[in-house]
Amino acid sequence: MGQICLSGIVKSYGKEVVVKNLDLTVNPGEFLTILGPSGCGKTTTLRMIAGLEEPDEGDIKLGDRTVFSRNEGVILPPEMRGLGLIFQSYALWPHMNVAKNITLALKEQKLSKDEIEARLQNALELVQLTGYAQRYPSELSGGQQQRVAVARLIALRPSYLLMDEPLSNLDATLRTEMRASLKRLHRDLDATTVYVTHDQIEALTLSDRIIIMNEGRIMQEGTPYDIYHHPANLFVAEFIGDPGINLFEGHVVKGVLECADVKIPVPAALKDYEGKLVAACRPEKIQMSYKAKKGWQEVKTEILQPTGADTILEVKAGDTSITLLQSGFITLDEGTPLWINFDLDALSFFDPDTQNNLRVGKE
Amino acid sequence: MALVSKNSTKPAFWSRQNISYQAYRLKHKPEIIIGVLCLAFLGFVVLVPLIQIIRDALTFQSYDLAYYPEGEVGAFTLFHLDRVFNQPISAALFYKPLMNSLKMGFTVTLIAIVVGSSLAWLMVRTNVHFKGIVGAMLVFPYMMPSWVMALAWLSLFKNDRIGGSEGVLTYLTGVQAPDWVAYGFFPIVITLALHYYAYTYLLISGALATVDSELEEAAATCGMGKWKRIWSITMPLLLPALGSAIVLTFIRILGTFGTPALLGLPVRFVTFSTQIYASINARNEGDAYVLALVLIVLAISFIWINSRIIGVRKSFVTMTGKGFRKRESDLGAWRWPATILVILFLCITVVLPLTLLLWESLTLIPGDYSLGNLTTYFWAGQGNVQLAYGEPGIIHNKGILGALTNSIKLGFAAALFNGALGLLVGYAVVRGRGAWLSKWLEGIAFAPYIFPSIALGAIYIGMFSTNIGPIPALYGTFTILILITVIKNLPFTSRTGIAAMLQIHKSLEETARVQGIGWFRRMFRIIVPLSMSGLVAGMLLTFITAMRELSLIILLISPGNMVLTGLIFGYQEQDMAQHSSAVTLMLVLIIITISVIVRVMSRKAGVGRLSVT
Repeated sequence: MGQICLSGIVKSYGKEVVVKNLDLTVNPGEFLTILGPSGCGKTTTLRMIAGLEEPDEGDIKLGDRTVFSRNEGVILPPEMRGLGLIFQSYALWPHMNVAKNITLALKEQKLSKDEIEARLQNALELVQLTGYAQRYPSELSGGQQQRVAVARLIALRPSYLLMDEPLSNLDATLRTEMRASLKRLHRDLDATTVYVTHDQIEALTLSDRIIIMNEGRIMQEGTPYDIYHHPANLFVAEFIGDPGINLFEGHVVKGVLECADVKIPVPAALKDYEGKLVAACRPEKIQMSYKAKKGWQEVKTEILQPTGADTILEVKAGDTSITLLQSGFITLDEGTPLWINFDLDALSFFDPDTQNNLRVGKE
Repeated sequence: MALVSKNSTKPAFWSRQNISYQAYRLKHKPEIIIGVLCLAFLGFVVLVPLIQIIRDALTFQSYDLAYYPEGEVGAFTLFHLDRVFNQPISAALFYKPLMNSLKMGFTVTLIAIVVGSSLAWLMVRTNVHFKGIVGAMLVFPYMMPSWVMALAWLSLFKNDRIGGSEGVLTYLTGVQAPDWVAYGFFPIVITLALHYYAYTYLLISGALATVDSELEEAAATCGMGKWKRIWSITMPLLLPALGSAIVLTFIRILGTFGTPALLGLPVRFVTFSTQIYASINARNEGDAYVLALVLIVLAISFIWINSRIIGVRKSFVTMTGKGFRKRESDLGAWRWPATILVILFLCITVVLPLTLLLWESLTLIPGDYSLGNLTTYFWAGQGNVQLAYGEPGIIHNKGILGALTNSIKLGFAAALFNGALGLLVGYAVVRGRGAWLSKWLEGIAFAPYIFPSIALGAIYIGMFSTNIGPIPALYGTFTILILITVIKNLPFTSRTGIAAMLQIHKSLEETARVQGIGWFRRMFRIIVPLSMSGLVAGMLLTFITAMRELSLIILLISPGNMVLTGLIFGYQEQDMAQHSSAVTLMLVLIIITISVIVRVMSRKAGVGRLSVT
């Protein structure tokens, strides 16, 4: 267990710069997720930590050991970094049975036979695959294959754990189960973990801390709570949350943000704001009423999407679409009038030019 | 989060720090190390010899002094070019062999393409009977030396021209076959075509099987007639395969030696390959080098024309032994006649020659094909001074058994080295994809394709007749036979290696890397087992080629490294038909037996588990 520290990392493929001067520290034992759309440089970052890609510039340290430094001329190959890595494809060797898959790396370390056997049994037990040692990967289900990949790391006991979208090949029901098993792996190994995904649910449910990347840059880093509630910029605001956040762009007129037919209250600090302003509000934070209330805006029901426990409502205020999320299974006719209200505490405000959160309101 | 200032400058390229960094970095990039090593090795064994014969062709050699005493060895001269292109002797040395080779090449290619594609169409797209066994038999010629047909032709039609015994025709009817039937252009074309159809058949049936019949059905729903469909849908899709089949066959025929030597030389029908052989034997290596270079230029221009017509990207289709089924059209009333035609064809190309060879090998007095004249002497005889210069039968003949051992050793060694080299080239090419090293390596591994066999042999004589630095003169050694066989087959095995590597997802190796598993263990525990099935097929192909090859090695064999094919050629030159027939038959049987064993074994070992990669 130790710190993973990246500083000044630059990586390009030909002319295309995919990671732009990245600084990143993962604290000992922390579960850090790098979240971002495809092509944002997150997998490249992970592969650079593993040593499978070589940065153009910068330094990488695992604990107090420098594994890469362009300036000091240090580069350690992946086999000497002492990491564990779970691939999207699990990367089980198809010609070896489960036991061989798990023990190949242990034999390389010249561990004693008893030790290898003990670790194998322990690992199989932890992933609940005892008795599957002689099976071949092709004889296992997708979830079982993934558990073998996990067991391989448990047996290896690396102090740094890297995971590259390990859940994306599984179907939805298995994912929930496997999320738990990955979290257990992290806890059992007590390893400093970097997890890469484009799936925000995985990021929010698993992580101690999240880093959001876009176009090779860090857009925000923080706890899942922070990221969700206090997006640092419009990119993060829009990227996180399902259904997506509501954005209203307009000018402040008489102490109220006017965005076409929607009127949004602004905090005192923005009462005299000049120029364009974007207000953002999560669908579940918009209050809704079936009856008219004083000061609330009337909207018309457009489309309902009940998901069982919740219902996503798309409503229209004039020509502006607004998404609401209400608990319960709601059925309404199209065109039914509803009343909504924005709570000042639930609003974030952004400068559309810099894209940044103006950090006013409840902070 | 630590904010590191970005004003630190990169160390200069030549600084000690940077050099040690780069060295350390390369040390852990096995694909680059292997790539560089392979490139250096291939450059040495492919390009250096080529440059060397160009140089030798343009400078005075010691053997030229007999014609040109005032010449200075090593000085630049156009003497060889002048001799080959511009002297009274040039007609015999160059122009006649050139015309003969081209005539032969075009005619054989044409016939082989027509026969091969008709058979391919029948086997892949129609419902002829006995597809399994017939399909397997059709590629039999591939496992035989190309001149087996020529030997059989001689047993059948040999006349009294070259003396010695006469053929079956004369024995049965008393009629002497005319010279044009027994020797020269006509029999050469027929026998070569009946061998090389197997190549075009393999290539075109492979391509035909991948042309989706739905494309043709789609055309049919648009109202196209049958011929229109073949012309505007099937043909364009087949064109790349057809093009490479033509080029492949043509280059092989340019480089083939056995058949033109057996059937052409008795009537002075000289081709490029036999002229190169004659020039080398007459110690006029300079002439041979010029001829070999012309042959290479011919081959390259052919490849170039082909790629211009078809498009560079599609112009090469590699040969695989695979055949798969597609929607079959019903031949109706023609089903049985077509089947019988194919079987008849098989009888002529496979059964008849082997039967003739068997019969020939069992006759006591050559030319007497009666039952009373049958003997097992040439298989099991102890050696009798009155028969065949006292040469004992196969199982007691030290020379034959030695050559047999050599052939098998050559086959296995070439297959093994070729497999290893193919795998390493594949590894370096696939892992290094995108870098110039990868492209160069892929290109140079394919280069031997353009050397006709006999020309490559000539190049190797030039290269390895003296020592090069620490490498001793390899001429006359067994090593040179292995080397040339490996190089000649490299275009095919490196393709196999690349294809096999492409199927192994790189994460399978990366995960091992990250787990701390070193390169050798990764190679032997992961890469090799996973690419085994493809490699075995490629190695088997090399084994077969090595066992039956003559044109490639004819210039390089000597009593010290004699192999079966060379021995057979020697027996034939001495008019010892029974011996040559018996040994040929044994060779064919061994090749077939070993390929069957390898196929069965690899099928048994490779089932089931490798489905997930």
